[in-house]
Amino acid sequence: MKHPKLKGLQKSPTGIQGFDEITFGGVPRGRATLICGGAGCGKTLFAMEFIVKGATLYNEPGVFVSFEEISEELIQNVLSLGFDLKSLIKKNLVSVDYIHIEKSEIEETGEFNLDGLFIRLEYIINSINAKRIVLDTVESLFAGISNHAVLRAELRRLFRWLKGKGVTAIITGERGEKTLTREGLEEYVSDCVIFLDNRVMEQYSTRRMRIIKYRGSYHGMNEYPFLINENGISVLPLSSLKLQHEVSHERVTTGVKGLDEMFGGKGYYRGSTVLVSGTAGVGKTSVAAHFVESNCKRGEKCIYIALEESKDQIIRNMNSIGINLLQWEDKGLLKFHVVRPTYYSLEMHLAFIHKLVTETNPKTAVIDPISNLTTISSPNEVNSLLTRLIDFLKMKKITALFTNLIPGGSPLDRTEIAVSSLVDTWISLTDIENGGERNRLLYIIKSRGIAHSNQVREFLLTPGGIKLVDVYVSQDGLLVGSARKAQEVIEKQMMNEREEENKLLNMNIERIEKIERAKIEALKAEYRAQILEMKRSLKESQIKKDKTLSAYKLSARSRQKLSKNETKTTGGDSNGKDSE
Amino acid sequence: MARTQNSTDAASANEKKTKKKIFELKLYIAGQTPRSIAAFSNLKKICDTHLAGQYKITIIDLLKNPKLAQGDQIIAIPTLVKQLPEPVRKIIGDLSNTEKVLIGLDIKPLDV
Repeated sequence: MKHPKLKGLQKSPTGIQGFDEITFGGVPRGRATLICGGAGCGKTLFAMEFIVKGATLYNEPGVFVSFEEISEELIQNVLSLGFDLKSLIKKNLVSVDYIHIEKSEIEETGEFNLDGLFIRLEYIINSINAKRIVLDTVESLFAGISNHAVLRAELRRLFRWLKGKGVTAIITGERGEKTLTREGLEEYVSDCVIFLDNRVMEQYSTRRMRIIKYRGSYHGMNEYPFLINENGISVLPLSSLKLQHEVSHERVTTGVKGLDEMFGGKGYYRGSTVLVSGTAGVGKTSVAAHFVESNCKRGEKCIYIALEESKDQIIRNMNSIGINLLQWEDKGLLKFHVVRPTYYSLEMHLAFIHKLVTETNPKTAVIDPISNLTTISSPNEVNSLLTRLIDFLKMKKITALFTNLIPGGSPLDRTEIAVSSLVDTWISLTDIENGGERNRLLYIIKSRGIAHSNQVREFLLTPGGIKLVDVYVSQDGLLVGSARKAQEVIEKQMMNEREEENKLLNMNIERIEKIERAKIEALKAEYRAQILEMKRSLKESQIKKDKTLSAYKLSARSRQKLSKNETKTTGGDSNGKDSE
Repeated sequence: MARTQNSTDAASANEKKTKKKIFELKLYIAGQTPRSIAAFSNLKKICDTHLAGQYKITIIDLLKNPKLAQGDQIIAIPTLVKQLPEPVRKIIGDLSNTEKVLIGLDIKPLDV
């Protein structure tokens, strides 16, 4: 992770998981950092990891000066945490020194100073050219030397001297009654003070860390839980410092066809957080298993964190609805992490999930059920854990599905651990009793950024998986189970009747149309006949007219001829007649 | 180590001869500071008075031999280490308080 670094103050990364993030880079370089806390809170380990990681990751040799444990013990102790000090010592990357003074052997007379310690430290620092040094726990000197005035003055000189040498120092100190450290070391080491704490709540202990002061740098202010496991210390930021995870517009199927349709046919957003809540035995795990299966089918890795049922039981049970999870496990796509919540504290749970996610790098994570976590801690703590977990998963762009058991009788739209506001999509499963049977219902309470159905849907767990059935609404509300089936029959009958009626109507229409057509034809034929008749009469009369005309013309011509002849013979006669 | 094989042999030989304890003392200093000079002269005085002929002082300057600080777990300067006779005791400071030095060396003061 990249964090803005302040100019001026250089930092030395500790290599401790999470710590460098909350301090934006580590402890102040070339200065002294005080780590204080009660017995067994992890001071020595923190310091040791600082040295080992410095040597292995950052090429900065380091000196571990112990005032409490002899070198051999120390080497042995940290071997169990995976730190092979012996080989690092051989490579001249780490040097371990044990400084011890036995009060019973010592008599003090007159003035003295701690030049011996200075010379010793200088020698060991120079011998491996160390850049880092740990003094664990320098306060032990107070038990060996009774002249505390001298000791205090000398310690002040020591820290100044270390600063002058340019080595980054970590000084540990046991927690005092009223002060951070028994001898008030915080007065001398004032650049950076880190407080470690180991608290037991409800029989589960949780380690916490707080940065009390960090001169010249901003830092996370909260108490951060941390844990110690075989990889050393991991600090778990309560929440990522900014809400800045990238979001995806890609959608992933829910694995249930009907449910996809309720989400506009596409399913959840990739990288979103889905909560499936419901009463006992309503099918939460089945919804989860469908989702897991659909992921594995795409060849994406998936982790299944089961907090209630064993792996074999889940596999067997899901087989009954036609989901074969075993094959995906065999293919290495599905990884089960089965653990009882009571096995360890919440923080350890979170750490294991962190580890699992980092190792397997999945696309999807299922936790079934999160409500079980409340058995080991208060709802508040579980809420904080889930906040961190969701942040973490979102940052990794992992689609997460949590199931949540809601105790019978409690309101369905309220989760015990108030996780609802953290999730993006919330599907509520419920069963209702009527007519002597319980039927399963499903609805989407919310889904950020996805148009989703507002319907309450009945669903069945069939050997072929979850099936959403059609909605039947009567005057009394939603019909489910046998009532729905009865309604289905009634509707079928009604449908049949309607169909017959329709057929009849259709036939009638056809008949009338036929009549219409026939009548039109008949009329057409009649009129055509009349027209024909008329046309024939017209023709006849024309012919008659022509004949008359030609007859007339003929007679006229013959008359003309006659009159010409008359004129030739009579002459004046005809003229006289014409003039008449 | 400043403690040489030779001196140990000599010490044990001496012990047999005189049947008196030989005090093998080491004075750790860091450079010729006034304090270390004072410590040495104080020590010499005490030894001459109470352990005449019975002591052997080795002065170890840690500035020249820083490695040696580890062996005797030296933190304070000056430190006087009574190597022999056992038990090993350390006296830190400039040894200005004779009484305390004698207690530290486990010597009964001679009645003067």
